Amino acid sequence: MSIKKKKELSPTQQEYQQFAQEREPKRPIVLNCIKAFIVGGLICTFGQVLQMFFIKYFHFSKESAGNPAMAVIIIITVILTGFGVFDHIAQFAGAGTVVPITGFANTIASAAIEHRSEGYVLGVGGNMFKLAGPVIVYGVFSAFVVSLVVVSLRALGVM
Amino acid sequence: MLTGHQTWVFETKPTIIASAAVGGPYEAKGPLAPDFDLLHGDIRLGQDSFEKAEQKLQEQACETAIKKAKLKKEDVQFLLSGDLINQIVPSSFSARTLAIPYLGLYGACSTSMEGLSLASLLIESKFAKKALVCVSSHNAASEKQYRYPTEYGSQKPPSAQWTVTGSGAALVSDKGEGPKVTASTIGRVIDMGLSDPFNMGAAMAPAAVDTLEAHFRDLNRDPSYYDLIATGDLGRVGHKIAGDLLKKHGLNIPEEILTDCGILIYNKDQPVVMSGGSGCGCCAVTTFGHFLNRMRKGELKKILVVATGALLSPMSYQQKESIPSIAHAVSIEI
Repeated sequence: MSIKKKKELSPTQQEYQQFAQEREPKRPIVLNCIKAFIVGGLICTFGQVLQMFFIKYFHFSKESAGNPAMAVIIIITVILTGFGVFDHIAQFAGAGTVVPITGFANTIASAAIEHRSEGYVLGVGGNMFKLAGPVIVYGVFSAFVVSLVVVSLRALGVM
Repeated sequence: MLTGHQTWVFETKPTIIASAAVGGPYEAKGPLAPDFDLLHGDIRLGQDSFEKAEQKLQEQACETAIKKAKLKKEDVQFLLSGDLINQIVPSSFSARTLAIPYLGLYGACSTSMEGLSLASLLIESKFAKKALVCVSSHNAASEKQYRYPTEYGSQKPPSAQWTVTGSGAALVSDKGEGPKVTASTIGRVIDMGLSDPFNMGAAMAPAAVDTLEAHFRDLNRDPSYYDLIATGDLGRVGHKIAGDLLKKHGLNIPEEILTDCGILIYNKDQPVVMSGGSGCGCCAVTTFGHFLNRMRKGELKKILVVATGALLSPMSYQQKESIPSIAHAVSIEI
């Protein structure tokens, strides 16, 4: 909580929050990091294997082999989400499944499944990017800002 | 009759002549499974949406309670029901099916005891002979509305709770055999400035403590009067905080009689349950199923149920508001 917000709390509220905090179980951050490292690492290793597979057997170039490899991981994630397994893996893995493309695929698939009952247009179509939307908006926007910086630096002859 | 500041004492002793509990697949795996009248293996109950499934839960709970009392729905004058879904549609839609004059309630997870208090008030004031209370919650429907899609993979902290899929109903009558509602204390809204929806136990614990203090102060009663004092859905985290807070405030409730429905309803080793159960259904199925059954068997004589509710909405949370909480206490004796 920000300092500004904390100041607005009455002394009783502050005292209680301190009291409650002492009795709350902490998130096991170190353990979660280790789990995320192992699971995330395994997913990336699998992605690398796929990439090598596509280069060797389908004659993709080193640069373009990433695309079919990502597609395979996305499909696997969507299937696991559909069968209701992915959220249990994610509870264990945490950032390990959120950070790779699996996290992104899961947000879209889970929202689409969830809002199926409201129909294909307003339900699935309207809600599919409910969680993924911010990622796209700020991803594209920050890419735009970075490219502006690069272009102006180049124009100034720095780069 | 108003006693003290915020407590009603029911002199005519409105009687719970029948009660019913209906649950979902997770509840069926929990320790209270034998106390349910009906358990569903399918979270959707064969319906095409979670919301319809919740409506079905309520209908079944109401019908079972009426059937157990050997009555017809025409014999019941009023239905008081509530749930967690926007505009309490499952309650209103099941009231449409049942066609009993209906009062919709919203008190978040405290609705079960809010409903029981109001139903008892109707009986006490002779404005009704039979009133039916019904509340429900549905895990997937609530997750969808309050948090993320059910299949979304996010890591929940250990203080998170699992919304109970279930519905509990109680039929309160002016005469008949069964456990009697003797008093209820209506709680104030308490806000300690907590804002984490994954830690509702800590947000609700002060409300439970406030209502408990008010109850014992108003009735000038000692906690040892009761065989069991159960909070609604504080979970393991909130239960510990509430217990310590009560001690800090000088109200000594023996540890063996103070319990929490959110802890009782699930086994500790059930995955994803984390801190315990929550939702309207949690307190309702535990009270109207488990506790009342134990009272009818004679294992418990006097109980106090304090249903706790977190009065947040997904929008208030996104607008960075804190979580105001409420708790209502009802004393049931046999």
